[in-house]
Amino acid sequence: MSASGSTTAPDSRADTSAPVLELHDVTVRFGGLTALDSVGLAARPGVVHGVIGPNGAGKTTLFNVACGFVRPTSGTLLHRGAPRARFLPHQLAGLRVARTLQGLGLFDRLTVLDNVMVGADRTARSTFWGGLLSTPGSWRDERAVRDRAMAQLEELGVAQHAGRYPSSLPYPVRKRVALARALVSEPELLLLDEPASGLSSDEMDELAGLVEGLTDRMGVLLVEHHMDLVMRVCDEITVLDFGKVIAHGTPAEVQTDPAVLAAYLGEDVA
Amino acid sequence: MAGVPQRLRTTWREVPLARHLVLAAIGLVLVAFTLPAVGDFRATQLTELAYIALAAAGLTVLTGLNGQLSLGHGALMAVGAYTTALLLDERDAGPPLVLVVLAAVAATLAVGVVVGVAAARLHGPYLAGATLAMAVAVPGIAVHFRDQLGGEQGLRTYTPEIPGWAADAAYYLTGSDPSRSTYVAFLAWATLLLGLVLLANLARSRTGRRWAAVRDDEVAAELAGIHLGRARVSAFAVSAAAAGAAGAMLAIADRNVAPGAFNLNLSMTLVAVVVLGGLGSLTGAIIGAAVLTLLVSFGPGLGRSLGLDDLASEQVAPLVAGLVTVAVILLAPRGLAGIAQGRLAARRARRAYTSAPSSDGGSPPSSSTPAGSGSAGTSTAVSTPTGKGTP
Repeated sequence: MSASGSTTAPDSRADTSAPVLELHDVTVRFGGLTALDSVGLAARPGVVHGVIGPNGAGKTTLFNVACGFVRPTSGTLLHRGAPRARFLPHQLAGLRVARTLQGLGLFDRLTVLDNVMVGADRTARSTFWGGLLSTPGSWRDERAVRDRAMAQLEELGVAQHAGRYPSSLPYPVRKRVALARALVSEPELLLLDEPASGLSSDEMDELAGLVEGLTDRMGVLLVEHHMDLVMRVCDEITVLDFGKVIAHGTPAEVQTDPAVLAAYLGEDVA
Repeated sequence: MAGVPQRLRTTWREVPLARHLVLAAIGLVLVAFTLPAVGDFRATQLTELAYIALAAAGLTVLTGLNGQLSLGHGALMAVGAYTTALLLDERDAGPPLVLVVLAAVAATLAVGVVVGVAAARLHGPYLAGATLAMAVAVPGIAVHFRDQLGGEQGLRTYTPEIPGWAADAAYYLTGSDPSRSTYVAFLAWATLLLGLVLLANLARSRTGRRWAAVRDDEVAAELAGIHLGRARVSAFAVSAAAAGAAGAMLAIADRNVAPGAFNLNLSMTLVAVVVLGGLGSLTGAIIGAAVLTLLVSFGPGLGRSLGLDDLASEQVAPLVAGLVTVAVILLAPRGLAGIAQGRLAARRARRAYTSAPSSDGGSPPSSSTPAGSGSAGTSTAVSTPTGKGTP
């Protein structure tokens, strides 16, 4: 946890010092299984922070704690330096934290545009009564939300699919739609859950460029299996094994860390 | 379409209220001219059609848009109907009809919130079971509170007088005084159309989008900042309000509110209407209600003409209704409204294709590869638009 200052992320913004999300000494136990064991982590704006580790190391649990889907057995969560007693998933968007899901979780019976408009719900202003009576204010707000969603789709190059349903689109396009849905809420921190799974190497290159381009607007917390992607885009990396942080530092530091090599290549190396 | 000014077309597309109000106004005019011409018997049937369609419209919003099943909407109609009967008892003129209907809606809405809070915690068969229990239990309450709610006999409902201006207007339009049945049918249809406008507004709004998001993926909806419980309860409450208004119309039309009218059969009819018309389709609710109420009226005659005795003839309607419902589920899972919509979409697509055949040449017809299998050929084809998509 104390390693917060060690990274040298190039960033121009002034408020980068306060992490958007911090986990302090977080432990999660499922019955007898300790999924996370006093894990600490800080996700700062402008920084791409990778979380790696072998299967079952606790990466997904870590994400779920950060999103409020799993309550830690002990430990604290901080948002912008302020401790949060209780963290509920639906509050996340309001805290300017967005997350993509491993299974994408697109709304299958909504069009691509509507999917992204749901993502923009945080910025929508129209009320239940405005919608019921279809007041001018409500449809003006709808138009603003639709324009914002459309712009996001254009930015990711999938605007031509706005009227289609997700199930009719190829997987890489759907991934972009899911990313657009997360980005349209203008988060300060984006949690990416295995963004490279199912992508070809070309598409992974594009993804890397995309993630690198996000850092002037937000911080990124990334769980990923593909080492080349992680090493390329991450500014700092936290390595988990059996629920414990075994290493933390820059990609170069982590790559040469004996504990990491041991975890990935087997006990013999250590 | 060239003659239609661009601004009007934009308004039509972007302002749901304009669309819905125009359609409702057309409907109201049609109803105003049809009702006086059809006679009391048909007017009574059209009244039934209207309140069944209204309750089904509420149910189709709940089930189709929010993914919650309710087998107990008949019970919610009972709440609206009993509220109406209690306010329109025989003693005197009672409060204005608008207030009575609003009170019925409010009472049902309140019950809907309570039921919705319980329902929000249940899924699938458990939700079906709980709402089924409601359908069975609520008529029992009426029997139990014999003194207040009239027991098996039910409550008599005071018949509202036709307001002078309405009678005058009807006379002006048709040249004859409206009968009570015609007046009640007009009330029911006006309520239906108003309800449909409000439901359609909601479905097209941020609220409707939130409901659909919760239906399709709970986790993703939560991550978008949507409170699952609130979305579910609000959908249930809105749905209940529509059922309450439908119940109020039933009470006024039947002049008597008794537990027998709100048996399981009514709840199941509503579900059948929704399935028949197409899940989530408000137009479908009207179509489904029309098919089922017409069947009820033509069934016995059909049975007798086939040489069946009276008892057997009575069973023709439910039999045909069941068969039609099964056939629709098998042949057109999106319901009768879905069939029409599919035709329309196909025609539009054909027209768009013939007018601009080369505009969408890159649409990948066979590239919907299953998740994870990004083969090199399709993936490059898909990733090329990245550059040209952003102007």
